[in-house]
Amino acid sequence: MLQESPLPSVTAPSSKTVSPKPSRLVWLWSAIARPEVIAPLIVGLLALLLWEGAVRLFAVPPYLLPGPLLVFQTLIAEWPELFPSLLITLQITVVAFLAATVSGVLIAVLFAQSKWIERSLFPYAVILQTTPIVAIAPLIIIWLQNSTFAALVVCAWIVALFPIIANTTLGLNSADRNLQDLFRLYGASRWQTLWHLRLPSALPYFLGGLRISGGLALIGAVVAEFVAGTGGARSGIAYQILMSSYKLQIPRMFAALAMTTVLGVLIFVSLTWLSDRLLRHWHESALRQEN
Amino acid sequence: MTSTAIALHQVNKIYANGTVALQGVDLAVRQGEFVSLVGPSGCGKSTVLKLMAGLAAPSNGYLESPGVAGDRDLAYVFQDAALMPWATVLDNVHLPLKLKGQSLRASRSRIQAALNLVALQGFEQSYPRELSGGMKMRVSIARALVTQPHVLLMDEPFGALDEMSRGRLNSDLLRLWEQYHWTVVFVTHNIYEAVYLSNRVVVMGAQPGHILAEVPIDVPYPRDEDFRTSPQFNQYCRDIAHLLAGGEPLAPSSLSTAAPGLS
Repeated sequence: MLQESPLPSVTAPSSKTVSPKPSRLVWLWSAIARPEVIAPLIVGLLALLLWEGAVRLFAVPPYLLPGPLLVFQTLIAEWPELFPSLLITLQITVVAFLAATVSGVLIAVLFAQSKWIERSLFPYAVILQTTPIVAIAPLIIIWLQNSTFAALVVCAWIVALFPIIANTTLGLNSADRNLQDLFRLYGASRWQTLWHLRLPSALPYFLGGLRISGGLALIGAVVAEFVAGTGGARSGIAYQILMSSYKLQIPRMFAALAMTTVLGVLIFVSLTWLSDRLLRHWHESALRQEN
Repeated sequence: MTSTAIALHQVNKIYANGTVALQGVDLAVRQGEFVSLVGPSGCGKSTVLKLMAGLAAPSNGYLESPGVAGDRDLAYVFQDAALMPWATVLDNVHLPLKLKGQSLRASRSRIQAALNLVALQGFEQSYPRELSGGMKMRVSIARALVTQPHVLLMDEPFGALDEMSRGRLNSDLLRLWEQYHWTVVFVTHNIYEAVYLSNRVVVMGAQPGHILAEVPIDVPYPRDEDFRTSPQFNQYCRDIAHLLAGGEPLAPSSLSTAAPGLS
């Protein structure tokens, strides 16, 4: 039935001109040498200089406030002890984060099946979110006394879960009305509508939730470690912060704190990168400004 | 050509919140006919399309569609193109066939044929955001045509486009229609577009939505650019504008008011 084109053809987009691939170093430089990277770097450096200068000028004792230089030296010196602790915390964070992602999406899909399921269960997700983790962490640790690791993971999971549920549910319910009609018109099954329409529609929302949850998983892990105050072989970075402050090794405490912060930033940056990659073809949030 | 494709009989549509969208609508669309619905916003013209597509059910009255053979014999084109932004042009056009379980490989030639019809060959791998408004609309039309339907329901398809793109797509659509003899129900608020394209223009009024008059456009196809500037064209447009403004039909010879049980 469909034959030759009776319409004048529109010219196809010219194949993009292939620029020679720059070396890695050049690429790295071009990634850093941008105002949005340079500006905060300068602010940070200035703040550190000011801090160092103030500490020296007023001769603040290190057990009250160590200068950044001393913190950095301590970080290098204590690296062999601190880094393994950071890895343990990272492990807890990653496992809890993955668990929160998988369970959060499954719960959101369940919610999306019917308004009634969502209405009945959503308040409990909110309760889970608003319960202070510090209060229930000791209980969880007692319940799971055989495995401190599992207890810490559960705590971090509870903290990280809600943004994924909330955002993914919102996304699943935000599919374009006309596209929903179109799917109905072509007799799409529930499963087809979920897979081909609602899940892709939810992706930007889900990724937004992911970025929040990544940071929350780390915070959850650290808070739970604080509460657990765990000794023994598997001691995370929070344990190091706690012990350092007990012993008044304040520079060491700052070093451990700095490592935790950098880890948090790294988690955020990598999730942002993932989000941009997945959405780069179609979503406003991932589009470079064209002008 | 003369048998009925879709007909509404004394249809009322009342929404859950009590809004009366349509009242006593009688409308019969013949097979192969190009019918336009014009009217102010809120006159229920989109509701008529939704009823015809089976996306909504009438509150009273009934609908028959002897001209529609199965759910893939009818296609719907939305105002904002309604493309999936995450999918390429190829995947967007593939959608109706994919939902039927046909793989991309098996559908390839039909997708290609549909894209050729709207002159979009070469854009298979583009994403919607890379296309202009007019091109998005072409993709949307290709998606509608890929199942080779006989009935085309179009809901203000060119309403969001600039005048030049609208004019070009109008001519393109008309040429395709002359070639394939689809039954087209075309919703628009643009009188000129309606007169240029249609066999018959159905003029609707609001609150509640009802049919004011039906205006047959007795001008043979193919209609060229000269028709758009002819006195005859202007007369039709003026008559319809007059009806929309609440006036009585001017010249009974050229207009026929809505009567139950039309042809």
